[in-house]
Amino acid sequence: MPRFILQRLLQGLLVLFVLVTISFFLIQALPGDAFVKERKMSEEAIQIQKERFHMDKSWAVQYVHYIKRLVFYRDLGVSPKKNRQVAEILQQSFPPSVILGLNALLIACAIGIPLGVFSAVNKNTWFDYLSMGFAMVGICIAAFIIGPLLQTFVAMKIPALKVAGWDNPLDILLPAITLGLAPAAYLARLTRGGMLEILSQDYVRTARAKGVPYLTIIRRHTLRGGLLPTVAFLGPAFAGLISGSFVVETIFQVPGMGRHFINGAVDRDLYLLLGCVLYYGFLIVILNLVSDIVQALLNPRLRDTI
Amino acid sequence: MSHSEFEKGTSLWRDAWHRLRQNKVAVASGIFLSVMLVLCFVVAWYCQNPNEQNLVNKFASPGAEHWLGTDQMGRDLLSRILYGGQLSLVVGLIATAVAFCIGILYGAVAGYSGSRIDAFMMRIVDVLYAIPFLVLVILLQQLLSSYANEAADWIVATLEIKESTTIDNIRRVANIIPLLIAISALGWLTLARITRAQVLALKEQEFTQAAKSLGLPPMRILLRHIIPNTLGPSIIYVTLTIPAFIMYEATLSFLGLGIKAPNSSWGVLIKDGANYMETQPMLLILPGLFFTTTLFAFNFLGDGLRDALDPKAAKD
Repeated sequence: MPRFILQRLLQGLLVLFVLVTISFFLIQALPGDAFVKERKMSEEAIQIQKERFHMDKSWAVQYVHYIKRLVFYRDLGVSPKKNRQVAEILQQSFPPSVILGLNALLIACAIGIPLGVFSAVNKNTWFDYLSMGFAMVGICIAAFIIGPLLQTFVAMKIPALKVAGWDNPLDILLPAITLGLAPAAYLARLTRGGMLEILSQDYVRTARAKGVPYLTIIRRHTLRGGLLPTVAFLGPAFAGLISGSFVVETIFQVPGMGRHFINGAVDRDLYLLLGCVLYYGFLIVILNLVSDIVQALLNPRLRDTI
Repeated sequence: MSHSEFEKGTSLWRDAWHRLRQNKVAVASGIFLSVMLVLCFVVAWYCQNPNEQNLVNKFASPGAEHWLGTDQMGRDLLSRILYGGQLSLVVGLIATAVAFCIGILYGAVAGYSGSRIDAFMMRIVDVLYAIPFLVLVILLQQLLSSYANEAADWIVATLEIKESTTIDNIRRVANIIPLLIAISALGWLTLARITRAQVLALKEQEFTQAAKSLGLPPMRILLRHIIPNTLGPSIIYVTLTIPAFIMYEATLSFLGLGIKAPNSSWGVLIKDGANYMETQPMLLILPGLFFTTTLFAFNFLGDGLRDALDPKAAKD
């Protein structure tokens, strides 16, 4: 087990390194730079600024410099556009993204897992068809459709809910629902599939033949095995929720990382963009690892292999 | 043995087709998609000009002249939706086709080569897999579109094109191609994994051994004997990839990073509609309805195909 974790951590470092390298050169290859749209600045001022950010040097020099600062000082650099430490910007915008992602995941689990379990237990009944139909709707209806709909038909009707903003705790509700709907649908489908497979096992039949009450069978014999695919999905899903929340953050004006990423891409803000990419990559690596470990803990068959 | 007797052996596909036809939801989805394709690619040409503005008649309610009303610039909403659908569907279909080819070839070569080459190739896939997809698509799309715009300017300048409609068309293409490349350049990973897993199993089977012992070159074995046998699961995945790619296109366009005017797609229409949500919710709801139902049909068709091609999974 420790060997497995170490191996995966090293692999994660490799992933991050490749990610930063690809992104660095992709962003450098973008035409224009952070100062191209600054009409107010004189040529000389821009030149001074460029020297300050080493933008007058070659890509390779800039790259080595960036990696050095990153590895030895854990320094993400300064955003040329905003003239602020990237780490500081991201530390401010990271919590809203994580809180939004966590709440969305909670909503997704609260809807998706029970729906999947009940569908599997009541296979091929109207409940099953209805909830799987709902799941399909959840997969197909995009956040940018459901978001504006919720704003208009829910937020404008209920005084306690705001159309957009991020001031009091209730403001989390609508963006989290918007973001959580798709994963709720996936979770419902996955959970149903996992439960169905376990419910058809011989030991479940044996338990029923013994006369164990059906609810006890579900609780004691099938939930743990049936939820394995669900657990496997949770880690990547959470990472996806945080790195995929640009749309929801835009619609509901959540002061999260998505905004900085999109602005960074449009403004050619190299260091801010790289910082966002690193945060996203780091999250994905860690969460994938955690989900693998949790899976191994739940599934004895996997425990021996790692 | 005559040629036709060989053909009767393809019962896997015939069985699957039979099972698919029994699945009412899948059949309905298939019909719906055909209708949608005809609407967007045939009927659209007979509709009103989607770019004809009429500022006197903006936000018109549905009526005899404009079946679904008009938008903020007095353009006919129905023809905007149908023309927008063309791009959404084209992006989804072409990007999937490209990703399909890359993924199958990559996975097949990796699986068939085995050992070190396989390990190396799949490690690349693992690394790319761990990268947030939309993040990289956005960066790649931004990069490519700047080059595409330069290329468009260059073509217009060197060929000395004067007609504004031709220039317009060149710019439209320059807007679409980067998006297509960006999505398909990164969308093949899952397919490569699926194909590789299958090839690993297939290359141990007797018919591959027979082909090998006959001295066929590896590429021919791959293309003629192995890849055709991997197509079943891949096709299921393809029908589920098309809606995913349509969704990516719409997401990027909604963020203002993908399809831009004068081009339009369902994502662009939904984005425009979102601005007038308070007073004219139909401007978002109607394109959203076309968009969502199309994704719906693709997903149901994909589910149906999976049940048809993989009856073991379907018994649930």
